[in-house]
Amino acid sequence: MNTEALKDLLFRLADDDLVIGHRNSEWTGIGPVLEEDIAFASMAQDCVGHAQSYYTLIHELGEADPDRLAFHRSEKDFRSCHLVEQPIGDYAFSLIRHFLYDLAKQVRLEALTQSSYAPLAQLADRIRREHKYARMHATTWVRQLAAGSDEARLRLQSALNEAYPMALGLFESTDFTETLAAEGVQPAESVLQSRWQQLLEQTLAGTGLSLPGDFDAAAYMGGRKGYHSEHLGPMLAEMTEVYALDPEAVW
Amino acid sequence: MQFESLDPRVNRLRLVRTNEAFDVGHEMDQWQTWEVFHQQARGDQHRHVGIVHAPTAEMALLFAKEQYARRMKCVNLWVVRTADVYASEYEDADMFEPAFDKSYRESFGYTQTRARIDEYRKAQGLTTPAAAETEKQAEPVAAKTTVKKAGIVIGKKK
Repeated sequence: MNTEALKDLLFRLADDDLVIGHRNSEWTGIGPVLEEDIAFASMAQDCVGHAQSYYTLIHELGEADPDRLAFHRSEKDFRSCHLVEQPIGDYAFSLIRHFLYDLAKQVRLEALTQSSYAPLAQLADRIRREHKYARMHATTWVRQLAAGSDEARLRLQSALNEAYPMALGLFESTDFTETLAAEGVQPAESVLQSRWQQLLEQTLAGTGLSLPGDFDAAAYMGGRKGYHSEHLGPMLAEMTEVYALDPEAVW
Repeated sequence: MQFESLDPRVNRLRLVRTNEAFDVGHEMDQWQTWEVFHQQARGDQHRHVGIVHAPTAEMALLFAKEQYARRMKCVNLWVVRTADVYASEYEDADMFEPAFDKSYRESFGYTQTRARIDEYRKAQGLTTPAAAETEKQAEPVAAKTTVKKAGIVIGKKK
């Protein structure tokens, strides 16, 4: 099995979960209502946990330990997509991003449970169970708000128009996409994207919300090759601030 | 004047400091409450664990999961609209006070019934079903000790 291809995939999985986990944790204490604050923070923590388990798989392939991979890599070594790097914005944006991201994550996890790389297949199966809640949370909220006032629907739609083109960056192909598919590690990104598209359309049916038809996603590509939005650098600086004080400290 | 905090997340909200009195809200400007019941294993009784605010039952379940099922094992949750609970009045709390000693009705009384029957049977030289059962499964010595011990304890209490 091609180790470089495996690491490419695992870094994408880990970095996306770490970055969106950190972003969503920024809502802790300032969420819209107490119950939602707790639920959102808890899911953010779950996401960071998923990242940790992917970093552990990378470590087993000969890379540094998970903490170092998370806190001690330069921005250009990250493989996260632009969607997860964006600031939290208003709650409509964060909610829609969570919706788009976690539906994509569901599609990917389902495919990964069939992966020819057994450690990844087993991990995907474990994460998939816990992830069921994130999917339920996103879908229930979007349906609830879309069924509410005109203002709620408008704000969701405008967040969807903004975030959807960014979300296409989740499925940006890399130099290893074909190898991964040929070796049965994961289907091609384009295959996953069309499954996601179908799931999105099904879920949004009857909500009055629609996916934007006119957009340019090109500006949001590059994350998988280390070309990031201007938001990742400052976020990593803030995230690693304490770690950087003394990287050798024992916790 | 912009509100300045040590927390960068709070600064990013660009909150403006004002002298206006804090609006404490008014009655019923919150979502309704739901009572949450938690089940640890299939077949167990659901136990009341707390309350969540939510606009619908579906949303209440969503919040209840993170609020109450995050730190303990759970297989099922119920949410019930608080407004649907029909409760007795605290004014009537005195009706729960027994006028005379009715401690025999309390549940501990029933836990001793089996032991008392066994004790009686033993005194009459009858085999107790419990002892016969234990003798079949465990070593005879151990089984006899158990029965004897139960008898002595009850005897002393009386």
